Parts: sequence; structure tokens; C-alpha cells
Amino acid sequence: MSEHVTAAERLAGGHAHHFKDGDAEFQACKSGMWIFLVTEVLFFSGLFVMYAVLRVFNHDMMHEAHQLLNWKLGATNTVILICSSLSMAMAVTAAQTGRTKDCVRNLWITELFAVGFLCVKYVEYSHKIHEGILPGALWHYAEMSVAKAPLFISVYFVMTGIHALHVIVGMGVIYSLIRRAGRGDFGPNYFTPVEMTGLYWHFVDLVWIYLFPLLYLVS
Amino acid sequence: MGQTAEKHGDNYINHSAGIKSWLLTLDHKRIGLMYFCTTMVFFLVGGIFALMMRMELFSPGMQYMTQDTFNKFFTYHGAIMVFMVIIPLIPAALGNLVLPMQLGAKDVAFPRWNLVSYYIYLGGALLAASTLFIKQVDTGWTFYTPYSIRSSTSATYVLLGAFTMGFSSILTGLNFIVTIHKLRAPGLTWDRLPLFLWALYATSVIQVLATPVLAITLLLLTLERTLGIGIFDPKLGGDPVLFQHFFWFYSHPAVYIMILPAMGVISEIIPAFSRKPIFGYKAIAAATFGIALVSFVVWGHHLFVSGQSELANFVFSLLTMFVAIPTGVKVFSWLGTLYKGSLRFDVPLLYAFGFLFVFTIGGLTGVFLAVVSVDVHLTDTYFVIAHFHYVMVGGTILAFLAGLHYWFPKFTGKMYHDGLAKVACWFVMIGFNVTFFPQFIVGALGMPRRYADYLPQFTEYNRLSTIGSWILGAGLFMVFINIARSLKSGKPAGDNPWGALTLEWQTPSPPPMENFKHDPVVTDGPYEYRGENVHWGMNA
Repeated sequence: MSEHVTAAERLAGGHAHHFKDGDAEFQACKSGMWIFLVTEVLFFSGLFVMYAVLRVFNHDMMHEAHQLLNWKLGATNTVILICSSLSMAMAVTAAQTGRTKDCVRNLWITELFAVGFLCVKYVEYSHKIHEGILPGALWHYAEMSVAKAPLFISVYFVMTGIHALHVIVGMGVIYSLIRRAGRGDFGPNYFTPVEMTGLYWHFVDLVWIYLFPLLYLVS
Repeated sequence: MGQTAEKHGDNYINHSAGIKSWLLTLDHKRIGLMYFCTTMVFFLVGGIFALMMRMELFSPGMQYMTQDTFNKFFTYHGAIMVFMVIIPLIPAALGNLVLPMQLGAKDVAFPRWNLVSYYIYLGGALLAASTLFIKQVDTGWTFYTPYSIRSSTSATYVLLGAFTMGFSSILTGLNFIVTIHKLRAPGLTWDRLPLFLWALYATSVIQVLATPVLAITLLLLTLERTLGIGIFDPKLGGDPVLFQHFFWFYSHPAVYIMILPAMGVISEIIPAFSRKPIFGYKAIAAATFGIALVSFVVWGHHLFVSGQSELANFVFSLLTMFVAIPTGVKVFSWLGTLYKGSLRFDVPLLYAFGFLFVFTIGGLTGVFLAVVSVDVHLTDTYFVIAHFHYVMVGGTILAFLAGLHYWFPKFTGKMYHDGLAKVACWFVMIGFNVTFFPQFIVGALGMPRRYADYLPQFTEYNRLSTIGSWILGAGLFMVFINIARSLKSGKPAGDNPWGALTLEWQTPSPPPMENFKHDPVVTDGPYEYRGENVHWGMNA
């Protein structure tokens, strides 16, 4: 085996030259992906600490300012993302068992949910931008004069913005999977990219599960 | 140690020709060399900034530059040396070369990501360096808020550059962890893993866990500068000290990203040149992880004068002193290895001795600074500058030079010029100490860091320091001359000039494309200098 392995070789059980077999390579990829997810957790942890510090010192402000957010839209997005996790999981199983059509279909469904999520996000963002409910120095919303409320909106935009960026990146990766799956790159011997993307996608959903109550349901 | 026959055979350097075969290579050795060359270019640039600062400080008053220029010089010196040189220097350059070979593997687990990591590093470094031609940066390498929010220089691009380079660091760390877990040769059990690899493993763990926090911090600061989000900005109700906490939560462990691999290099060299099994193998491996662990809970010692609570100061002070314990375990283990060894004073060992001598001073002055009452007096003085240069230059750079001379014959097949290397080593050692030792004294006398000027009573110390910087510069220059010369006309080195026992020496120099002719099997520990191995063999 060489450094470069083609899709056809992989389907026949091939692997990169420095691994002893295909399973060793799969296990390595899986470890690598989990470590990557750990780095993602730490990346977001900075944001969560920022949130915690702000909340500890400005408890009342957080309570007032969170009413600027629409919890119904947030809840809708929570449901959408949970459903997308289901379709992603089904896509992974389909890839593992060699049901290519099922796999492609479920990946498309996941993409649709992601688009839905971003549409809701767009509605939320554009409403706030229109009203002047903006981060820090850009804030010009006259109807709320709670001190430091703009900081809460900063936290809101930064946290959900970075999360949305992760959703968009995920959509790009899923689209490349759709193309590769359509070409017949995956089968019972080789489904690593689908499974790894699945892990990533579940992680992105999980972050939202934390963001939703922390931002929309402060009490 | 089968030699001669394969000497002129196919190896990773002549395997394929053309610039493209290098720029798109997936081979860990070639990527390691690319890292090496790039870091050396930045090392030169960062060094020139340092020399020019020392020139200005030769006499009180302003001679060659304005105060603003001086601010920019120390910022670039710090940012370049930390983010572009010392962090990737040993892990990414030497680590990439050596790690798969010591494991008996053909490559790292993810060769493609390895190459991606290099280009991310290069892209980030060039982005940050490009500001030299725009409006520069003057915030200091620590980017403290609120000044860094308002500085009218091109700080944003430097922040984004450092942010980008962080991902390279994360990918390298991730790659190394998986490689060590999954690609060890048969028989290479955890208790036979060379200590350099234990060091790289612990370093990688820090890279993976700490760097993302820096990434988000720099991103927030970028948003602060571009959108005014206010999180770190007191004017908008934010908290500038929160930035310091975030920054040091990464940047203190980052100090161990710099020093742990250096300690790993020393752990390889000392047994090989003492012809003795290393003293306290398990203790050193455990101490490596001890340091990595403690490194995450000491960041507050950078904030002793920031107004954090007395209790926090007390706790961070105590925790910081704990770092000295595993560090001491290592130093004593190295000394125990040297004791009654049959030492041969080749250049790698000379540098390793330099490391022991200088690093110990750097480490002990760190304990001084961990004491809150002492730190309040010494904070932001040249004492701090001297302390961390004793650790970063005296520790990391000396260990890097030791490793460079140790592995140079392996990866080039050529031997460096011994006489020139020894002269250079003495220049580096003397130059280093003459540069930085006076800074301990002048710092204790109260000379503040980061000022372009100083009071006349500090003149002698500064003169001495500047003269030292010339000697150090000359020494490093000789090292590079030696390398360049030896690449062309060095004598053939042989496969194992040091008679060392780790796997990378059990294959031709330079190694073949896939590292080993036959897949190696490990039957013994990496430092079992016993029986016939005790004596300097025919290669020696």
C-alpha cells in the first residue's frame, strides 16, 4: 500500500501504507476525531466561562436583557437540530451497511434541517439588527436602558455566531459526503468520513443544547 | 548496524526531485525539514529585532530609534520568538523528524493533516509578519487589554496570524498523540518508549487542551477591535483582567509546550553520551506529566499585581512552587545518569551541560517569582526578562541546539565540523550568560522592562548585556555556518555515530523513504547501555 489510497482500493479493504490494516486506520481516525472534539469543547469553554463571569457579576442585567431574545424561535431551532442529529445518525448507519441511497437521502435531510436552522437564525438576527439590539458599542436600542445590556447581546451574538459558523462548516462537509457517497465511495469496508462527520454534527447539536437554555431561558 | 552497503541508496532526500515533491510531500521527515527551515528564518528575524533593541539600550537616552519604534521592536521580538519559533521549534521540526522513527513507524498517523498543519503555520506566520509592511504592532506579545483594543497599529492581523498558527499547533499535537498510541512498533511497550516521546506526548496534550482557549481569546479580542463587543473593554462595562486570565490560561501552559520537548531532548542525549541506562526512567516520564498537569493551574501567577484576591494569589503562589518538584526530579535524574558514566564530550553533550547549568538558574529564579511578596517587587522588571530568557533561550534553545547536533548526522548523513561546533557552543554559552545575567541584577535594582530608555546608573549592566548579545549572535551565526558548510562538505557520518540505542539509529543515514528496510521489532528499553553497549563502539 502507498501513501495515496484510491476510493476503489479502500472499498476493497485497502489502507494507507503506515497502518497495519484498515481497522487500525479507522481506529486512529476515530481517536483523532475525538481529540479534535475535545479541542472544540475547550474552544467553546472559553465562551462559556465568559458567559459565567458576566452572569455572576451582572445577574439582574442578564435576567432583563434575555427578554430581548425570542425563546420560541430558540426552541424551534432546538427541535430542528435534534431532528437533524437523528437523520445524521441514520445516514451513518446506512453508510456502514452499504445502503448508499439511504445514506444520500438522510444526508440531504440533514442539510435541509441545517438550512431551516439558519433561516430561523436569520429571522432572529435581522430583527435585532433592525431594532439596533447590537453588541457593545454598536447598540442603539432606545427601549431598554439596563446598564451593560449590550454586553449580554455581545455574548449572544458571539456564542450563537460561532455556533452558526460551525453549522455552516458542517453543511459544507456534509455536501462533500453527499457527492462522495453518490460516487459510491463508501461501503461496509470504508465509511470513516461519514462516521467522523456524524460525530462532529452531534457535537454541534450538543453545543446548541447548552446555548439554548443559557441564553434564552435565563431566570 | 548494517552500514556501507546502503550508504548511497535511496533515501528520503533523493527519493524524488523537484520543488513540488517537497512542497506537496506527505513524508514526515521532509515536513520536519520544512518546519526547520521556516522556523530558522523567523529565528533570524526575531534575533535581529533583539540585537537592535540591545543596540539602542547600549547607552541611556535615545540613539537609533524613537520610543514608538522600540515598542514595536520588542513586540515583534516577543511575538515572533514565541509563536513562530519556540512553540513549533522542537515539537514540529525535531518532533516531526524523530517521532515516527523512534516509534518504528513509517509516518505519523495523519500525513496529510501534517502537511496541512505546516501550511496553516506558514500562512499564519506570514499574515502576522506582513504587518511589518503595514502599520506594525506595538502592544507587546501579550496583547493586554485595554491598550490592545485601542492601539491604532495593525494588531488585528497579528492577532489573526497567531489565531491561525494555533490550529497548526493543535493539529500537530493531535497527530502526535494518535501516532504514539496507534503506531508503535511491535514490542515498543509504554515502558520502553523513549523519553523524548513521553515529552512530546505531554507537550501534545497541552497543545490540544490549551491552544483552543487562546484561539477563542484572540478571536474575542479581534471582535473587540473590529466590532467593539466590549467583553474586555472597561469603557463598555467589560473586564480587562478577564483577558489576562484567558490569555495566561493558554500562555502559561505554552511555556511548557516550549520546555517539555527540550527536556525530552536532554533525556535522549545524556544516557547516550554517558553510556549508562537513564537514572529514573519512570520518574522522568511521570515528572513530564506532572509538569504538564500542574501547568494548567498556575496561570494566576501572571496576575499577582492585577488586583486578584489575596486568596487567589496565595493559591497560585503555592501551586506554582509545585512545578519545582517534578522539575527537580528530572534534573537529579539527569545528574544521576551522568554520575560514573563514561562521558564523551561531544557537542550534543556540551550543549546538554549548558542546558543543565543555565536551565537550573532559570528554574530557581522562577521559584523566587512565585513568592508573591518578592514578585510584587520584581514584576515588570528586567529580573523577569532574565528569568524567562534563562528558561526559553537557556533551556529550549540550548536543548534545541543539542538536539540539532545530535540528530544532524542522522537526517543528513553528514557530520558537522566538530571544532567549529565546539567554538560556537562556547560563544553561545558565554554570550548567553553575559547577556542575561546582568539583567537579573539590574532588574533587582529596579530597571523596568519594555522601556526604551533607562537611568544612567544602569549603564554598565546594559553595556555588558549588549556586548553579550553580540557574542551570542556570533555563536549562533557560527552554528548556521557550520550547518551550511557540513551539508555540502561534511564527512559521511555513518548510520549510528553515537552508538545510541533508540530506533532511529538502527537504519541508514539519511533514512530511506519509509524509514526502515524491515519493520523493526523492539526487544529492550531505549537506554539499556549494558554489556557491549557500555563502551564507545567502533563508530565512536
